[in-house]
Amino acid sequence: MAAPKLVGQNYTVPDLVAKVTGKSKYAEDFRAEGMIFAKLLLSPLPHARVTRLDTTAAMAMPGVKAILTFDDLPKPADSINDNGQVIFANIDGEVPLTNEPVYQGQPILAVAAVDEVTAADAIEKIQIDFEPLPFVVDPLVSLRPGGPNARTKGNYWFIPPPAPAPPGGGQAQNPPRPDIKELKYADGELAEAKDGQLPILSTAPETWAYGDLEAGFKEAALVLDETYVSPDTSHQTLETRTCMAYWQNGKLHIYTGTQSTVQTVGGVARWVGIPPENVVVVSEYTGGGFGSKITGGISLIIPALLAKKANAPVMMRISREEEHYIGRARPGVRSRMKVGFTKEGRITALDMFSVSDNGPFERQGDCNNTGVIASLAYQPKAMRFRGISVLTNTPPRGPQSQPGGTQSHIVMEPVIAKAARKLGIDQVAIRRLNSPEGKALFGPPAGPKAVRQYVTSAFIKQALDKGAQMFRWDERKLESGKRKGSKVRGVGVAVSTYSAGSVGFDGLFVIKPDGMLYVQSGIGNHGTGSVSDCHRVSAELLGVPWDKVVVTSGDTSKNLPWTCPSGGSQTIHAMTRAAHAAGMDAKKKLQEIAAKDLGGRPEDYDVAGERVARKGGGPGMTLAKAAQRAVELGGAYDGHELPKDINRFTRTSATALVGQGLMGVAKDNYPHDGQSRSFVAGFAEVEIDVETGKYHILDYLAVADVGTVIHPRNLGGQILGRSMLGIGHAIGQKWVYDQHYGVALARRFHHNKPPTILDAPQHMDWAAVELPDPETPTGARGIGEPPVGAGACAVLNAISDALGDEIFRRAPVTLDMILTALEAGRPTTEPLTAHI
Amino acid sequence: MAVIHDVMPAFELFQPGSISDAVALLNRYGASAWVMAGGLDSFDWLKDRIKRPSVVVDLSQVQGLRGIKAANGGLEIGAGTTLTELARDPQVRDNFGLLAEAAELVASPQIRNQGTIGGNVSQDTRCWYYRAGWSCYRAGGNICYADSPTAINREHAILDADRCVAVNPSDTAPALVALDAQMVIQSASGERIVNAEDYFIGPGVDITRMTVLAPGELLKAIRIPPTWAGAQFYFEKVRDRNVWDFPLLNVAAAAKYSGENIAGIRVVINAAAARPLRLHAVEAAVIGKPRNEETATLAGQLAIQGAQALRYNGYKIPLMRNLVKRAIRGGSGTWTS
Repeated sequence: MAAPKLVGQNYTVPDLVAKVTGKSKYAEDFRAEGMIFAKLLLSPLPHARVTRLDTTAAMAMPGVKAILTFDDLPKPADSINDNGQVIFANIDGEVPLTNEPVYQGQPILAVAAVDEVTAADAIEKIQIDFEPLPFVVDPLVSLRPGGPNARTKGNYWFIPPPAPAPPGGGQAQNPPRPDIKELKYADGELAEAKDGQLPILSTAPETWAYGDLEAGFKEAALVLDETYVSPDTSHQTLETRTCMAYWQNGKLHIYTGTQSTVQTVGGVARWVGIPPENVVVVSEYTGGGFGSKITGGISLIIPALLAKKANAPVMMRISREEEHYIGRARPGVRSRMKVGFTKEGRITALDMFSVSDNGPFERQGDCNNTGVIASLAYQPKAMRFRGISVLTNTPPRGPQSQPGGTQSHIVMEPVIAKAARKLGIDQVAIRRLNSPEGKALFGPPAGPKAVRQYVTSAFIKQALDKGAQMFRWDERKLESGKRKGSKVRGVGVAVSTYSAGSVGFDGLFVIKPDGMLYVQSGIGNHGTGSVSDCHRVSAELLGVPWDKVVVTSGDTSKNLPWTCPSGGSQTIHAMTRAAHAAGMDAKKKLQEIAAKDLGGRPEDYDVAGERVARKGGGPGMTLAKAAQRAVELGGAYDGHELPKDINRFTRTSATALVGQGLMGVAKDNYPHDGQSRSFVAGFAEVEIDVETGKYHILDYLAVADVGTVIHPRNLGGQILGRSMLGIGHAIGQKWVYDQHYGVALARRFHHNKPPTILDAPQHMDWAAVELPDPETPTGARGIGEPPVGAGACAVLNAISDALGDEIFRRAPVTLDMILTALEAGRPTTEPLTAHI
Repeated sequence: MAVIHDVMPAFELFQPGSISDAVALLNRYGASAWVMAGGLDSFDWLKDRIKRPSVVVDLSQVQGLRGIKAANGGLEIGAGTTLTELARDPQVRDNFGLLAEAAELVASPQIRNQGTIGGNVSQDTRCWYYRAGWSCYRAGGNICYADSPTAINREHAILDADRCVAVNPSDTAPALVALDAQMVIQSASGERIVNAEDYFIGPGVDITRMTVLAPGELLKAIRIPPTWAGAQFYFEKVRDRNVWDFPLLNVAAAAKYSGENIAGIRVVINAAAARPLRLHAVEAAVIGKPRNEETATLAGQLAIQGAQALRYNGYKIPLMRNLVKRAIRGGSGTWTS
């Protein structure tokens, strides 16, 4: 095959000019005839029951059009999935509006009026009384004997064991219905933990193990027992989750920012209680998601239902403070890890216990992921994981880039760093020794045969080697810890990993008789570039130059194919596979048309340079001509006949595009042995002023194992951008709550302190190891997630390399923590209190 | 009545074009008028509907409040001069670099383009209980929420607390006190001049205000006397983020030397109390002494006498000690500059 012309090359992404000139339209920029505005009444209390609600005076105000309350909401309904299983509605899950708020800031009702000031003035006229209920904003406070529960029923999600499979197969069992129950530390468990250690909850509900833990500790030359804490952090997307909605001809039209254009349809349909075919989602641009906008949430449902009630289009703009409450956040995790190391540094045993802050609603996977990711990144020979995700009266959590993975690395990396120092082993060497290779196993044993999963490939050792060389690790580590005046420098290295691809989605495009390739894309446009990058694989296969490719996206009424949700870094993997499958489908059709018209067998023809032509020279035809012929031939060529296995969403879209040219349409059925995971090795250098505790990041390098590079510039943007997200967790981003009142003190950017451009490392660089993943035709894996943990932990490890292990027990590491630890000779910041 | 934040209510807006018109408006509306300069402090209060003035007097059109001119051997700075203009002005940079440096460290470039020197020194405290609308002492209530056993008070006061533990967040205020500036205040009844050191007040004087400015009064200009022109200056701001952050502490010092020895000095710390604190004891102790590590250490120790930590702000005590030490020791290359 010829050298790739598109894959692996930089190009100007189609939305660049619109973005830098301000012409791009975000949700807030849309207008509709007769549009009115919505504002929310938020709960002032962390947990309460509405005892009286009188909206008379508000409704009587001129300009007020409608008020939506809990009573207007469709009741949660069970649903049936594609396997015929009943998915029980979660009656204790999140609702768009409520009469029993379970966190301060939860929307209670929404007012629609001719403008926002009228809506806000109307809210001030609403008479509302509350009965306060017990609340808790710190998971450990809830776990104490007699501690308050966030929900009336308890403080964690109990998942019943699945029902045994019926003998001889038959109908699949419905998944168990989760329920909220109560769990507390037993007497004595709290007393066992000393000096800021996390007490072990022996009855923790999330538990798994593999290998012989006891033998592992016996084999160990060094055993560490450490507690570290990671912060709760809001996603802080620059575009808040604003949404405009209206109803037209029975269809609900939603204008919003989403990470996943196509996948948002189903979510909205379920919440609103209408069939998916009656939902149109328009999302041309999304100002950041990081996992908080994977599909739709309450910020879409409130204006949708309000628009129906008011019989007018409703725009609901979300303010920065409201974004703090309804905008999602990463659960903070506190973990206690007992780790055994051989004298060479190999981890023989890991006993990990994690307590995660779940927020008030659906169970989050972060807690369990702290164990899964530790098992993959550090390959302990034997491991036990125990964990609990505790319900609290704090804003709802959701996945944030590398959910559970970032937290896992934040709690594990300082332990690895400490072990290396104690054993006298190089920090790169100890990570290399413990890192996965090839089809490495990870996670808990699962299924009837208790088999552990394995990855498709892992080249983290190569990333560490390349990074150590680029960073001049061996040279720079010699200066680490040396003091000059009041300044001390330190270098740190960290590894990080996360999911990087899914399979089984559809590709769809048409080559029209004008010779152009018209690609339909259901991928969200949230800054990663996947919405155009993925489709270059189709163009590459067909020899179409990029200036003859038109990508249609951002509007589900425009015939888009079934597309993966853009979460968990799936997209570049899933959708290059789908693009490849559709490309191969079109190639085959082109070869067949050429053989029909020009003689010979299809395989005698090659597709290249906008032509399908005899191999080795000879007759051929342009793609434009072949497209014309496809229309004349009909059948599968122009989409009259469609593959049986494509999703019905794709089928509807493809059917609408029939007869326009040669259709490439296929489901990704490529083999895929293992789970796709990507890896990053991060290297940082910091300089700390020991008189103030203030530190600066002088240098940062991330080396990524992401398989084949599809688009270098976008890859670099993802690596460095997500590294900054992680660095924010190390240097200062956090939540602050007053535990006595259960309310947020940090509600806006300058309180929550996401990093600014001047907090970025003074020098930043990235590289990729560029070894293709063997389990996907394009060789590419995703990258959104793993840079986060690497960025956070390389910085944390650089701080401890400069100042030693007695500085911090929690992230972020702020200057007050450093200064007081240096004064006292040990960490003095409260080790376990949440949200300080 | 239900509460809503983040939507600015309607009010009567005046945009006077002259100082006399502005003062006439303030005189007419008294305590019900809100004076707005750059708006950085005002907009939060207004859109959160916590302060609810019926009248807002926007000073942005008053040209007479803008500009920097030489006066009496020193400078007169219009209160409406932006922080960017101040930081870039050659007269300020050449003779009173301390003030230029302080102004340049305020918030972010965008905020400095909009924010004024008058607003920066007259701004309200950032205590997050008070600014979220809690009915604390400063808001007319009878409790300090930031000084309770469970309060999160990492940014709060270590000195001179009196019921309220809020701090003054200004970066330029300590520089002006160090430079012995004078505040020119205009009202309908005339002009009065107040020393910068006396312009800022603690809760013991008035728990609801940060400055002596009374209703009907307008901060018109700030005069910098030639006293400390070209002296040796030290300014350091310690903050969490490298831009767009208030000080956790800042220190401003102006010193003159006679040979090796300190001949005269003014040292001011801010964000340690509700007003910038001039460290008289430190000044008295170091005058006549050589500028060295020993003197600096002595100054640092003296500075923190009487400092008292709350639950989360204990770090401010060693930080203040070290900042004062550095201010006396001098030298350049601080991270914040």
